[in-house]
Amino acid sequence: MSRYFTDEHEWIDVEGEIATVGITDYAQEQLGDIVFVELPAEGTSFEKGDDAAVVESVKAASDVYAPISGEVVETNSALEDEPALVNSDAEEDGWFFKLRIADASELEGLMNEAAYKKFVASL
Amino acid sequence: MSGNDDIAHIEEELPLQDLPLDAWHRAKGARMVGFAGYHMPIQYEGIMAEHGWTREHAGLFDVSHMGQLTFSGEGVDEALEHLLPSDIKGLKPFRQRYSMLLDEEGGILDDLMVSRIGGDAFDGADIYMVVNGATKYDDIGWMIEHLPDEVVMNHMDEQALLALQGPEAGEALATLIPETAALVFMQSGPFVWRGVPLWISRSGYTGEDGFEISVPAGDVVLLADALCALPQVKPIGLGARDSLRLEAGLPLYGHDLTPAVSTIGADLGFAIQKRRREEGGFIGHARVMKELADGPGSRRVGLKIEGRLPAREGAAIYAGDVLVGEVTSGGFAPTVGAPIAMGWVSLPHAGLDEALEIEVRGKRIAATVAPMPFVPHRYRRKA
Repeated sequence: MSRYFTDEHEWIDVEGEIATVGITDYAQEQLGDIVFVELPAEGTSFEKGDDAAVVESVKAASDVYAPISGEVVETNSALEDEPALVNSDAEEDGWFFKLRIADASELEGLMNEAAYKKFVASL
Repeated sequence: MSGNDDIAHIEEELPLQDLPLDAWHRAKGARMVGFAGYHMPIQYEGIMAEHGWTREHAGLFDVSHMGQLTFSGEGVDEALEHLLPSDIKGLKPFRQRYSMLLDEEGGILDDLMVSRIGGDAFDGADIYMVVNGATKYDDIGWMIEHLPDEVVMNHMDEQALLALQGPEAGEALATLIPETAALVFMQSGPFVWRGVPLWISRSGYTGEDGFEISVPAGDVVLLADALCALPQVKPIGLGARDSLRLEAGLPLYGHDLTPAVSTIGADLGFAIQKRRREEGGFIGHARVMKELADGPGSRRVGLKIEGRLPAREGAAIYAGDVLVGEVTSGGFAPTVGAPIAMGWVSLPHAGLDEALEIEVRGKRIAATVAPMPFVPHRYRRKA
């Protein structure tokens, strides 16, 4: 399994043709207390960069983009009852949705963990 | 991922300025945002925790961005009664009142607190006023234009302002200044702490008991440190200030109140005492009288929201297919444990328990017109 990061502060775990997507610990920290997560419907197809989910913190709503193109095969229903999972465990149990990858070449150019850390440190 | 910061959406052309407590906030781990032209703390440990702390203990808010003004001179009461719809002549020394500035059409230019100083605080001025930070320079310009030459207005930009709010605020402040225990809601007065002259009122904008403390900018770090050294007190950011005031049903200028809306529609008629309604003589009086007689076109209402999805400022409100209003403040309410909102709704649909719908990202969510405050006020009134 490989983990990729985007400059929109999302992480992508790739296992075979399935990509699991979430927001990074840095992102949840910036958002503050998360009170609602709107997840896409299973079966929805996204182009890279489409609005895929919305995360609502106490103070604002923020879009989560599809980091790569693909079809939603599963969403994290645990977030419906416990949106604060995104705060407590953003990079594992707080995942948002899984995509069937449409074009694996889109993963090229995304950051690895070391590069993302460097990116965050530069902000 | 991207987002708009609701609270800090005001775009400023000028570079942001630092408040006297700027370094203090940063040292306390605050996340700073631009608000009303200043770098301000939006949160320290988190909005939910800070909100809860204020409802249970006492929170310290830096509100030094607000404009602190004094007025003095011959005919000051008459002059202010021309500008404000509230009873100033009947305002007793050390008493405070909520009021607002209205334009000629009765639109709201700002909401504010006005008090009669009494004694020789603030160089013996007669009236002390606190206006919103984002509007203070416009307010000053408006008032200069409408005040006679005999009345002197002083903008005390060397004065910081702290708010201490919460059920333990009284006990906390009394450990530093025992005499403050005698103050009741909307009463104010001069106090001295370690030789520093303070002007303290028992008031605030969270719905809780508490105080607003005007302190010379050079002494505010010392006072903030002394307050936060008390076990009851933690610093609280703008984020929780917003969620607390929303639960308390208190309107926020620039959002729930604008020049496009009126006092009566805003349900702020209590700020216009009987004599002022009858006699008039203030800017905007005609609109007030017309709406008292005929009713306003729309009203500021509270909205209870079904489900967990927050409806935010700008969301459209519908009765069936008909657009009947707009959300002007909204978000998750930590003490209520659900999303709530405030909005303006056209009169036929603004009655209590009216079932409405709010459009959020193309979806309709159910909402009901609800009484405000959402969380009961706990002011310390005269026994």
